[in-house]
Amino acid sequence: MAKVFIDNIEYEVPNGKNMLEVALSLGLDLPYFCWHPAMHSVGACRQCAVTNYRDENDTRGRITMACMLDATDGTRISINDQKSKDFRAGNIESLMINHPHDCPVCDEGGECHLQDMTVMSGHNYRRYRFKKRTHINQDLGPFLNHEMNRCIQCYRCVRFYNDYAGGKDFGVFASAGRVYFGRSEPGTLENEFSGNLVEVCPTGVFTDKTLKKHFTRKWDLTSAPSVCHQCSVGCNILASERYGTMRRVMTRFNGDVNGYFLCDRGRFGYEYVNDEKRLTRAAQKDASSGSDPVSSVKAHIASRPKMIGIGSPRASLESNFMLKRLVGAENFYQGIPSNEADVINEVLRVLREGKVRTPSLKEMEDFDTVFVLGEDVTNTAPMMALGLRQTAKTLPKQKAYALRIQHWNDAAIREVVQDEKGPFFLATGYATKLEEVSTSVYHGDTNSLLKLSEAITNEIRSGSGDNQSGGFSHQVAQALLASEKPLIVSGTGMMSKSIVQAAANIAGALKDAGREVGIVYAVPEANSMGLAMLGAAGSLDDAISRVNNEKDLTAVVLETNLFYRTDNQTASDFLSHCHKTILIDSMENECTQEADFILPAGTFAESDGTMVNNEGRAQRYYQVFKPNNDMRSSWAWLDMMINQTEEARPYDDIIREMLEANPALEKIKTLAPAADFRIGTQKIPRQTHRFSGRTSMNAHVSVHEGKPPVDNDSPLTYTMEGYHGKPPSADIPFYWSPGWNSIQSINKYQIEVGGDLHGGNPGLRLIEPNENGITRFEVNSAGNNSGRYEVLPSWHIFGSGEMSAMSPAIEKRIPDVYIAVSDKALEKAGLQGADKISVRHQSATITLPVKVDNSLPDNVVLLPYGFKDTVGWRFPFKGELERGV
Amino acid sequence: MLSSVRSLWMVFLKMFKKRVTIKYPEEKPYLAPRWRGRIVLTRDPDNNERCVACNLCAAVCPTDCISLQATEDENGRRYPEIFRINFSRCIFCGLCEDACPTYAIQLIPDFEMSEYNRQSLVYEKEHLLIDGMGKYHGYSYYDQAGVAVGVKPKGGGENESEPVDVRTLIP
Repeated sequence: MAKVFIDNIEYEVPNGKNMLEVALSLGLDLPYFCWHPAMHSVGACRQCAVTNYRDENDTRGRITMACMLDATDGTRISINDQKSKDFRAGNIESLMINHPHDCPVCDEGGECHLQDMTVMSGHNYRRYRFKKRTHINQDLGPFLNHEMNRCIQCYRCVRFYNDYAGGKDFGVFASAGRVYFGRSEPGTLENEFSGNLVEVCPTGVFTDKTLKKHFTRKWDLTSAPSVCHQCSVGCNILASERYGTMRRVMTRFNGDVNGYFLCDRGRFGYEYVNDEKRLTRAAQKDASSGSDPVSSVKAHIASRPKMIGIGSPRASLESNFMLKRLVGAENFYQGIPSNEADVINEVLRVLREGKVRTPSLKEMEDFDTVFVLGEDVTNTAPMMALGLRQTAKTLPKQKAYALRIQHWNDAAIREVVQDEKGPFFLATGYATKLEEVSTSVYHGDTNSLLKLSEAITNEIRSGSGDNQSGGFSHQVAQALLASEKPLIVSGTGMMSKSIVQAAANIAGALKDAGREVGIVYAVPEANSMGLAMLGAAGSLDDAISRVNNEKDLTAVVLETNLFYRTDNQTASDFLSHCHKTILIDSMENECTQEADFILPAGTFAESDGTMVNNEGRAQRYYQVFKPNNDMRSSWAWLDMMINQTEEARPYDDIIREMLEANPALEKIKTLAPAADFRIGTQKIPRQTHRFSGRTSMNAHVSVHEGKPPVDNDSPLTYTMEGYHGKPPSADIPFYWSPGWNSIQSINKYQIEVGGDLHGGNPGLRLIEPNENGITRFEVNSAGNNSGRYEVLPSWHIFGSGEMSAMSPAIEKRIPDVYIAVSDKALEKAGLQGADKISVRHQSATITLPVKVDNSLPDNVVLLPYGFKDTVGWRFPFKGELERGV
Repeated sequence: MLSSVRSLWMVFLKMFKKRVTIKYPEEKPYLAPRWRGRIVLTRDPDNNERCVACNLCAAVCPTDCISLQATEDENGRRYPEIFRINFSRCIFCGLCEDACPTYAIQLIPDFEMSEYNRQSLVYEKEHLLIDGMGKYHGYSYYDQAGVAVGVKPKGGGENESEPVDVRTLIP
């Protein structure tokens, strides 16, 4: 601890901080621009000026930047003295010289850090009489809007985009007053994290293009704490609504998971919620009975038919549980094909029975050596890739710390680190984007990756290995052994159980060698882990074969598009073999045509629930708004069916029942406050205290204002009435603090800036390693079908996610479908110069345009996963190449 | 007793004073230009809508009786897609006019808007938008703003210099 003096008051502060962090953590208001809690100080904007005094006898002091001043014992500064106040007011006045008169038409207005800081510094009237400099904007693609006139040259955007996220197509141009932030040519920003510029930019240079189409001010949004449903990482988001449609997604800070950032799939992949194809009303195919669809479903259930349930990795834990309860455990099936289900179940087994701990996303950044086995992390779990990019700098940064450079001194650290990367190895089926930060890479098919990992494991266990033939394995094994904290990253991306086991064996060997090793697996979907943890009688394939054998079965299909999970023929056979089908889903798809009953399910925006991420962290998400149609949480529909009631029981009853039936999930009880939680006597409002238009937004329907919707499922209200202080960390619907309207007000919700939220970060880990667990897993050898080429799935951040791919902005970024092969493979197959080629597997053939990728091994062919043309194929498989027509 | 007589006498004297009451509605009362009555949305000198849907009027409204939704034309010029005022709630305080950065929303000297049906007091944009500049002439917000939305080229506004050439090497 260090003793510092701010305005003559003594404070005890932790060591290794700068004075700006210290002041903000103490709750003092000190304006800043270029400093960012995740990217630290460069001292560029000169806004956090304070007066620094030598000792108590020094009366003059000198102006210095708080963000570049070490908070050591005896540091003495003044924030509120006239000299530094004048300096800050003068500084912001010069920053504002060229700032346009845009606030009314600027999307940042009302949540603008520049507005807040201008007010805080006391500048209000323009004295500068000369002209404002202007810039030509660029079209930056479907995600971001560019308005360079507003720029105040804080450099946060380049520091984030290039230095933090590893972007290559963005930069700073020109000099002096002409400084320009953008691309060399207008065009789509390619980095997967470009959307964070919306939050990183302190003003309105980069704004959310999807929000622009249906713009709403921050104060007018009804928001709820939510969890991203677009991949398995489970980033925390703030989802916002107005007039019954979703407006945007912003980052909800969670120090253990995503911190300050989100990937573009998560941020812009929400738009499917507003799609025209949403199911809004309960429906039935045969309306001859005359009763309404919901009563017909209930009547059918009451007749006690033989039922099977198809659960879903994109439905909440509660919904899957209620389905299991409705149909019975022996009739509950995972709605994913067996090859996927096996791999995910294996991941769960490794994490539960293994001795190696899986770190949180935040903890991953503290490891020093990384080995990625078989996973295209950037595309399957994007935010994990952002974390790994920071991990790659762990060791190089040590060099800077050895020179006694402070941890927050970003510019100096970067000067020392330059382009150096930590030991970072990748062994994958195809070239992935993380290779930019890698020391060495290896590409191979499943079998050669397995051989490679076996060699690494053996070398770690024996201490010496085959230095001659396996240069790469030797290099990796030695680097992992040399490391104190090695991290093994793998996942379900290759759809191979053996890859999962092989990764666990490397980690196990390191654990036995006494290393503080971590293992991380990416899994395919938001609740893949939760579904696996609930347990099921089998996979979708088992359900299909059961339907083929048994007749008069009623299938209850929960949030599963069978035509996405399996090929068209199998899916339509399944539906026609079922006696009745009850579909609970949110989107119109091929299944809705066939289903006998349709119950419209809410997406993350219209439902409550719990998700379990790849780390085994359970996280609660809240309904954002009550739609005025039939949509409701899937568990609510199922509860109404089970109990034959008109209304579902409250969420807390469902949770209680679920925890009684599943003791392994018991921790979820304390995950978030119960629905009867009150602060004083008040609930927590989803709307800000400035929410406008209450007496007018529905006046066109009726001038008589109705009662606002009531939320029995959570301690949140759908209105602006309630407690406006700081809510518990799991229930923060928006960030706001007096004088801090922008997203930077997160500072006020944290114990210390950049650190955990008050009351601890939300979310609870359900899986902890078994101290007496296994470190050696038997590797099932990969299936060896006939065929010369192994066909692997290639993953795409934009396109491989089932729901996000339906969002218009994301749709524009989905690449054209292809078959990727290397030139050599084409030559071997005698297919040089073919525009289209076919892959034949048993009797099925798929023909697509060729994309040449010379990073691929000769015996590997890639097909994009989850694209319209490639759904139904079960990876990996062996196939033959033919000329396509 | 004395005070009652005094009151009677004062009332009697009023009979010889000038009448304050006028014969409304045959005779119209004088309303000052700054009188806060019916709310209108005005147009700029080029006859385009002045409102840029910034939401400030709605935010400042103490009875929350204004609601609007922004949209954009093909040039990116922002305007309200819907603009609704519930006059059964409005207290004619004029804060919306104060808050308006573009002089779009104005309170005019007209109070004759009583209705038999409360629902008729809900005014949509078509009822609010007038064909003139209202009380403030000559002001066009987009001449002052930095955005180019089909009104002017970049750098063509008042007090703006030509767009920067980022490729020049001259210091």
